[in-house]
Amino acid sequence: MDGNLNALTTIFTEFYYWVTVVFMFLIHVGFCMYEVGASRARNHMHTLMKNIMIIPLVTVTFFFFGWWIYWAFPNFPFWGGLDAEAGAANLPWADTMATNVSDRITGVFWAAFLLFSWTAASIVSGSVIERIRSSALWVHAVMIGSVWWIIDAAWGWHYGGWMVRILGYHDAYASGVIHAIAGGYALGVIMVLGPRLGKFAKDGTPRDIPPHNPWLLTIGIFLIYTGFWGFYAACNVPVISPEGIDGQITGVTWTATNIYLAPTTLSAITFNFLMSLSGGLMAAYVISKGDAFWTFSGGLAGIITASAGNDLYHPIQAMIIAAIGVVIVYKLHYWVERRFKLDDAVGAVAVHGYAGVVGLVISGFVLWGVPSSPYEGYATINPIGQITGAVIMFFVLGFLPGWALAKMQAAAGVLRIPEEVELQGLDYAEHHAYEDAKTAIIEADKQELAARAGAAAK
Amino acid sequence: MSTNGYTSWAVDLAEVGPIYPFQGYEVLMVIIGVVFWIGWHRIQFVREGEHLEKARHTGDEEKVKAQLERY
Repeated sequence: MDGNLNALTTIFTEFYYWVTVVFMFLIHVGFCMYEVGASRARNHMHTLMKNIMIIPLVTVTFFFFGWWIYWAFPNFPFWGGLDAEAGAANLPWADTMATNVSDRITGVFWAAFLLFSWTAASIVSGSVIERIRSSALWVHAVMIGSVWWIIDAAWGWHYGGWMVRILGYHDAYASGVIHAIAGGYALGVIMVLGPRLGKFAKDGTPRDIPPHNPWLLTIGIFLIYTGFWGFYAACNVPVISPEGIDGQITGVTWTATNIYLAPTTLSAITFNFLMSLSGGLMAAYVISKGDAFWTFSGGLAGIITASAGNDLYHPIQAMIIAAIGVVIVYKLHYWVERRFKLDDAVGAVAVHGYAGVVGLVISGFVLWGVPSSPYEGYATINPIGQITGAVIMFFVLGFLPGWALAKMQAAAGVLRIPEEVELQGLDYAEHHAYEDAKTAIIEADKQELAARAGAAAK
Repeated sequence: MSTNGYTSWAVDLAEVGPIYPFQGYEVLMVIIGVVFWIGWHRIQFVREGEHLEKARHTGDEEKVKAQLERY
């Protein structure tokens, strides 16, 4: 470290990202609670395990290759080769990917991205509950968490990514790069997987499958809101000098920036996070006629819709954009369910996928002509670039890979659990063992009590 | 002798880089890690397949009905 100011900046940044990682852990806790609450009692343990094991599997694969993809792929394969130089320090065998006194930031920066990877995989996990094989989901988790989303991040969520440079793509808090892609991926998988038994009546009318535990859902989504604060903070660079950016910004005023190193403030994203949450909740309450779960999910969908431009929007714009997004998402969810007979068990495709796409499209108009980057020669933000970006995120990198892999798994007979097991519940063996153990220990205690009573009587 | 190359912290930290043990064996460690990861998938995949096949034939109708009622 050259001098005390650099040392302090590095340590502050290191600690800043570390705190965001801890906060973001709550997103995963929230997803787990939401999934378990939405599933029926006979599937609880498997549902929870399915989501929990995303953590280690995505973590190790993100260490092995996910993080390297981010640094090596910004222009690959359409606009250049792999960036071997930037990728080298992020290979799993690089000495910067370990305990290293001369590198204090790589680990926490890696972890901040990794927690996004868990989120992407967890979004998919929710939509497929109660009928997918865990082994199948965990392969999808690795693919969305450590391959597809991080390719999209290299392209559209990197200061040198080709989508930013050529399309003027702007997605500050990941409407597209996390939510649209994960929603699109989930749609591809559930299209092949099929609905849960009983979801549709014989005439095709969809049935509501109510949550087993509504309170668990409520706490789950509130924890997701909480973790989302950390997510927002993690999308920023907390403090950097114009010299550090080395772009077109003049003067000596240090600033927070978005991921593209373009200026924003923590104040702005605090305003906009809360106003878009509010707009989403209010619109969802009205459109769903006060349905509790749609209202809560609407808060999340509202934030996701506004996220692409929440580094720049006015708070009232964030609120209105969130509200518009939620109305579209709600209508689209039920239309798709009726038209295509798809069972999105937790509304993940809608809340994440459709909201992300709508958010990107709206931001293209509202931020039309605004610079996408502090560097010279980049396209400015524009509707065509944002719409193209939405298609790349939702369809090309999300839907298609999810659908193709699910098709292969279905063809091999390893995608879905057998019908008999779905009906009796994935936890049947565990419940059976629990009840047997309970009966045995109660019987043993009764015998002990009887033996003592007999001894006392003598 | 030291596994990380340092036997004392009487050093200028500006000249210190990696301090983990067995430096130089990073590629080997990655190979071991990848084998561990792929091996885990293999073991889990086989076990789940066997479990689901067995589970298809173990459901007691009365107990399943009770589970359905429990919601």
